Amino acid sequence: MSVLELDGELVRRARELAARAAAPVVDLARTHTTVSVERAVLRLAGLTGTDPVLGDGEVPWVNRVVDAVREQVGLEHGVALPVWHALRDGGDLHGLAEQVGAGTARFSIPADPEPARMAARAAVATGMARIDANRARRDELVALHGDPPRRPWIYLIVATGDIYEDIPQAQAAARAGADVIAVIRSTGQSLLDYVPEGATRTGYAGTYATGENFRLMRAALDEVSAELGRYVRLTNYASGLCMPEIAVLAGLERLDMMLNDAMYGILFRDINPRRTFVDQRFSRMVHARAGIIINTGEDNYLTTADAVDEAHTVTVSQLLNETLAHEAGLADWQLGLGHAFEINPAVPESFRLELAHALLARGLFPDAPLKWMPPTKHMTGDVFGGYLLDGFFNLAGALTGQGILLVGMMTEAVVTPWLSDRDLALRNVRYVLEAAGNLHEDFRPQPGGFIDRRAHTVLTEAVQLLERIADHSQGLIQAIADGTFGITKRSPDGGKGLDGVARLAADAYNPALELLGGVRV
Amino acid sequence: MSVSDGTVIRPYGDTTGDGMVQTSFTLPVPPGPRAEGAALQLANKMGIEPAMVVHSHGIGEQFTFFVVYGSVRHLVDLDAVHVEERAYPLLSPGEVNAAIKTRLRRSLVVLGACIGTDAHTVGIDAILNLKGFAGEKGLEYYREMQVANLGAQVSVPELVHAARARRADAVLVSQVVTQKDAHLRNTRELAGAFREAMGEERPLLVVGGPRFDPAMAAELGVDKVFGRGTTPGEVASYLVAALVPAEEPA
Repeated sequence: MSVLELDGELVRRARELAARAAAPVVDLARTHTTVSVERAVLRLAGLTGTDPVLGDGEVPWVNRVVDAVREQVGLEHGVALPVWHALRDGGDLHGLAEQVGAGTARFSIPADPEPARMAARAAVATGMARIDANRARRDELVALHGDPPRRPWIYLIVATGDIYEDIPQAQAAARAGADVIAVIRSTGQSLLDYVPEGATRTGYAGTYATGENFRLMRAALDEVSAELGRYVRLTNYASGLCMPEIAVLAGLERLDMMLNDAMYGILFRDINPRRTFVDQRFSRMVHARAGIIINTGEDNYLTTADAVDEAHTVTVSQLLNETLAHEAGLADWQLGLGHAFEINPAVPESFRLELAHALLARGLFPDAPLKWMPPTKHMTGDVFGGYLLDGFFNLAGALTGQGILLVGMMTEAVVTPWLSDRDLALRNVRYVLEAAGNLHEDFRPQPGGFIDRRAHTVLTEAVQLLERIADHSQGLIQAIADGTFGITKRSPDGGKGLDGVARLAADAYNPALELLGGVRV
Repeated sequence: MSVSDGTVIRPYGDTTGDGMVQTSFTLPVPPGPRAEGAALQLANKMGIEPAMVVHSHGIGEQFTFFVVYGSVRHLVDLDAVHVEERAYPLLSPGEVNAAIKTRLRRSLVVLGACIGTDAHTVGIDAILNLKGFAGEKGLEYYREMQVANLGAQVSVPELVHAARARRADAVLVSQVVTQKDAHLRNTRELAGAFREAMGEERPLLVVGGPRFDPAMAAELGVDKVFGRGTTPGEVASYLVAALVPAEEPA
């Protein structure tokens, strides 16, 4: 559905520039690996658990094994060859991990890599088969219970820090109308270089993403899906230093959507750009395979920058996310490209500007389920004003055909949402969708009118910014270093996690990448 | 003291002295007459009498949400209200720059960060970023200030180290996450670490965030606490008052 007449030549040029700007990033990702990518390989092969001896027993075996391989033979060959070479005389991954724990494991690169390759491929294929089975199972459950009766899907967040508190809250939210449940992660998790293990009850402002937490929540939502006759989707975050591993855990536990942005970690968390881009490509390949819808993080630009002046940076980021996602094998229906209702309500015509921006995204990405994010920056303690603003946000979502609507809370910036806040917010959404959900059928902005002109202006500014990015010799990587995104400068050699990146040697082997090569779309 | 002299007041609905308030809350009881009775009992204990439950609805089967209107018995004595008035003049960016240039005679070095696990840089960014907040430019805009924003999840030892290395005059820390009072715990840790590492030589410590009580500075061991809605201009003005000598050096 596109109601704006976008300039076809400008759109074509925007996509061409985005692909050019992203090309160095793709090259980088193809020629490097990271500790987290290699740990993801071991997770796919079934290695779980933590070293009970080290620290407080929180360090996963996958970290111990990858670190040991890196110490002994380097990371540049990938871990598959040395690990499965070490298993050539039998034994399993867990036993090998315990040898690492005891300090007795010895790793080397085999002269004849073929046996280790075959064994590694077979082991990783079991994880891949589980991801495929989960995708098929999701399709079955959607066929059985049904999709939500309308668009946008209603997306609601729970975040208590305790998975056992999250579960009843998530089930209550689904019963109250939520189609998608997102479990926000504990604030510190994106900068942890390991994935915590097991069911957790002690997160800050969110609950740790762990394989077991994923499993528990998915099972709880399956239960409530059957009760409601509607498949309730589960979302988490494949971001931060462990993005590839979390993507794998999501595939293994049948999560349905993952937050996964190409640049968010770099710009907002100061994670090293190389690390991010390598991890990013691998995680997106996993999401493509798992049939997971990604949600990108463009809304974040507008929480730090002005939503009118910087509107074009959202468009640029959406185009970059799109091109990088396509390259990794994601199909359009898997691209929950983000944008947000963050214009200062005191700005004259703010609602018309919001409509223009939302329609531009809709027109540029007609087949993507856009992720529409509620106001946060201009939510104050005035909960009554906030409730009204959320109503307008909901109306804009309905009017512009958004795919996924994150429910805004009137107590944003005041408290973590109360039971009643969520209930009132859902009533707001229901009212708007029932009263005006089909208004998009009647809504055609005047050609050459305010909305049409504004969308054209933003697209033009986006193309200009893309030109500046594509003109850099290292494309996006150098552009980020130069502060082109306005928010901050991030050098390719700065930030957290660079020491976990290695350039691949000629004999490097990653069975997961090989198996992911045949991506179904 | 009497109601008529204006220092004792009551809430205002539509008539002076009517004492009307509106409140809403949720009780863990199924909806129905018993739930409304429970809401009235709570309202009465809150001093709302008579109270009217003007709206209630169930949230799921185990909870009921209420909107209550009514008149409170309480009186407010304005003479007994004490607030921290701003103890320094509010300056324009030009005045701030002039004060630093003529009276400090060097750049004022400001370091900002979010500490602990808090990844919400919105607060510190609003104060420091050029873009600013509420129509006011951030401290990066002030020519005479040398500003470094270390961003999110900076550890306290890192911050102490950076403050020393850069000879910071002031360290600004924002805290948004308040779950389990993390903001208060982190602030005490911050104050303790600077006291231990630098003693009297420590930079001015300023914290801010939406859930801080500005009266808590002494208790938390910092120099100044800013609450919700603080603008860059207020922070800049405070820094001048606290760090720049009142008179030009001789």
